[in-house]
Amino acid sequence: MEQELKEEKWDLIIRPHSKLLHFGFKELIRYRDLLEMFIKRDIVTLYKQTILGPLWYVIQPLLTTIMFMFVFGNIAGIPTDGIPQPLFYMAGILCWNYFSECLTRTSDTFLVNQNIFGKVYFPRLIVPLSITFSNLIKFFIQLILFLVLYLYFILKGTSVAPNIYILLSPFLIILLAGLGLGFGILLSAMTTKYRDLKFLTAFGVQLWMYITPIIYPLSRMQETYSNYSWIITLNPLTPIIETFKFGVLGAGVFSWGALLYSTVFTFILLLVGIVVFNKVERNFMDVV
Amino acid sequence: MSIAIKFENISKQYRLGTIGTGTLSHDLNRWWHLVRGKEDPYLKIGQENDRSKKAESEYVWALKDVSFDINKGDVVGIIGKNGAGKSTLLKILSRITRPTTGDIKAQGRIASLLEVGTGFHPEMTGRENIYLNGAIMGMTKQEITKKLDEIVDFAGVEKYIDTPAKRYSSGMVVRLGFAIAAHLEPEILVVDEVLAVGDAEFQKKAIGKMKDVSKGEGRTVLFVSHNMASIKQLCTRGVVLGNEKVEFKGTQTEAITYYQSSNKTNNYFEHTGNISEAPGNNDIRILKFSVLPLHGDVISISSGICFELTFYNRRNNINLDATFELKTVDEQAVFHNGPLITTNKDSKEGIYKVTGKIEPNILNAGAYKFNLIFGENQRILLYKIDDFLQFEILNEAKGSNTMVSPGILKLNNPYEVDFQNLHVK
Repeated sequence: MEQELKEEKWDLIIRPHSKLLHFGFKELIRYRDLLEMFIKRDIVTLYKQTILGPLWYVIQPLLTTIMFMFVFGNIAGIPTDGIPQPLFYMAGILCWNYFSECLTRTSDTFLVNQNIFGKVYFPRLIVPLSITFSNLIKFFIQLILFLVLYLYFILKGTSVAPNIYILLSPFLIILLAGLGLGFGILLSAMTTKYRDLKFLTAFGVQLWMYITPIIYPLSRMQETYSNYSWIITLNPLTPIIETFKFGVLGAGVFSWGALLYSTVFTFILLLVGIVVFNKVERNFMDVV
Repeated sequence: MSIAIKFENISKQYRLGTIGTGTLSHDLNRWWHLVRGKEDPYLKIGQENDRSKKAESEYVWALKDVSFDINKGDVVGIIGKNGAGKSTLLKILSRITRPTTGDIKAQGRIASLLEVGTGFHPEMTGRENIYLNGAIMGMTKQEITKKLDEIVDFAGVEKYIDTPAKRYSSGMVVRLGFAIAAHLEPEILVVDEVLAVGDAEFQKKAIGKMKDVSKGEGRTVLFVSHNMASIKQLCTRGVVLGNEKVEFKGTQTEAITYYQSSNKTNNYFEHTGNISEAPGNNDIRILKFSVLPLHGDVISISSGICFELTFYNRRNNINLDATFELKTVDEQAVFHNGPLITTNKDSKEGIYKVTGKIEPNILNAGAYKFNLIFGENQRILLYKIDDFLQFEILNEAKGSNTMVSPGILKLNNPYEVDFQNLHVK
């Protein structure tokens, strides 16, 4: 009897279908070293055989900021809530870049990795997770640039007034990561069999930026285009970026309600994303 | 004896053709059945996976109701012709794809060597790649650090360990990949023909390591190969897959015997159906070609070989000939000769049969293949087909010596020994 019981204990059961709400967190923890390796690989190999190396992390947002100052600040004359233009744009660009890179780079997880996925098993979620983390490191490097600029303007005595809500920043970054990852894995799961959505991703993200308060302050939008500002308010990114600008620069629209909306949105998106991703993971090799 | 892996009614269905708008309608139909709580309508259809026949259905079964158990500590060779479902079975076991129906239950960690060196990044050094690849295989960082020296030593790449992998020769990549996998220490190891790569010295090392793994450490190994010699050498049990099912299971020798003597192996070809669809051209059509043991029921060094060719000839009034060219798998010619079938320009349209034999104790163990050449007057080529049949001659273990001796020939008493004292003081 005891023997029988012992034999019925299996370490692994492979079934055609797993439970609907299967997150596989336990397995993710077991493979945490792989996560670390992937992050390391992403960072170490990206700028191999370049002269400027990680400096490229900094050059890109710097040039974008200068471009935005010229086009949107000077030619179009869009106000920046009384904040110095470089700080205003860069704050937005850093947040946006982090989100959009997490999204686009995770959105083709299955297509890009079909080679390795076809040969060895590990929790597939490790790959988009590692992208989110390696982008985070890039984000922190860019944040240093922002801080240098920030200190310069404070020492110059410009009207930049950080407040207590600056402490929300880490939480905001987690939300950005969650949104980027959530949308990314959802898209990657949906593009394995039918790749139509892939074409939407690239320019969809581009258009998305314009309904996110990056190049304009939300307050201004609510004043002048009150009929359309609901689109911007519905965008889960809006409260995150506005809160960041409010806390760090002292100018922006902040409300706990809006932030709660973003948080709940992110949470649900991630849950749905992981479930769908894990469902696709089972058989994607046959349809990719 | 406890069970390590239990396959229960494993089936796997694949869809033929490309994915496009046509697939969408099937998906919607499947979803609609699912919503109403009905069974997947496409599971009922599907045909046998026979590549040579024209597909009648869009769905094929790569595996159908495969059930068997593997005991702990067994080294199981999985044998079957191409397309029998061997690789699909291993892919399901290594969780790359799920079965369509059925369960697999396993005890212990499974590591698969479907292709070594998976995930090597060309820009990273050998050392970094060991950590990366090891982690992909499911090792922790500590485990890898503990085994690092052993792995490097086994692969023989000390000198290059801090050089990017892109500077490695392909053999070095394979050796390093195998070394990592061999040191994984999983309870169940799944191997798919990786031993076919690397030089002879490394192959020997790899086979030795696999033997250690199964014998000394009591692990379970699943091994898929077309190489009967390495299956015979390495495995204790054999499973023959064919037509999506388990056709036979038993000891490795029994399985090899079954596989070689069953008509479905690759040392037997017979065309059924319309003559005009048989391999060949307008002049010649090959209808049947078999390579069988002369004595006993396994092709081995001492069994000898007889081969039989049946073909259709359309040309009247020529001098017809059929030439057999035997080669080793590495393209070394063994012989090239064949009979002139008609001599007075008196060939007629019809079916001809040619048989030949190779006496026991001539050819050494190994894999061989035939080229068939049909001609007129042994000068004008009518039809030539290369690598038509590949067959294998097994080595017979004599005492403790199981190694295959080098060379194409294995003569029983090749030398006359004559002892003379030529110079005695």
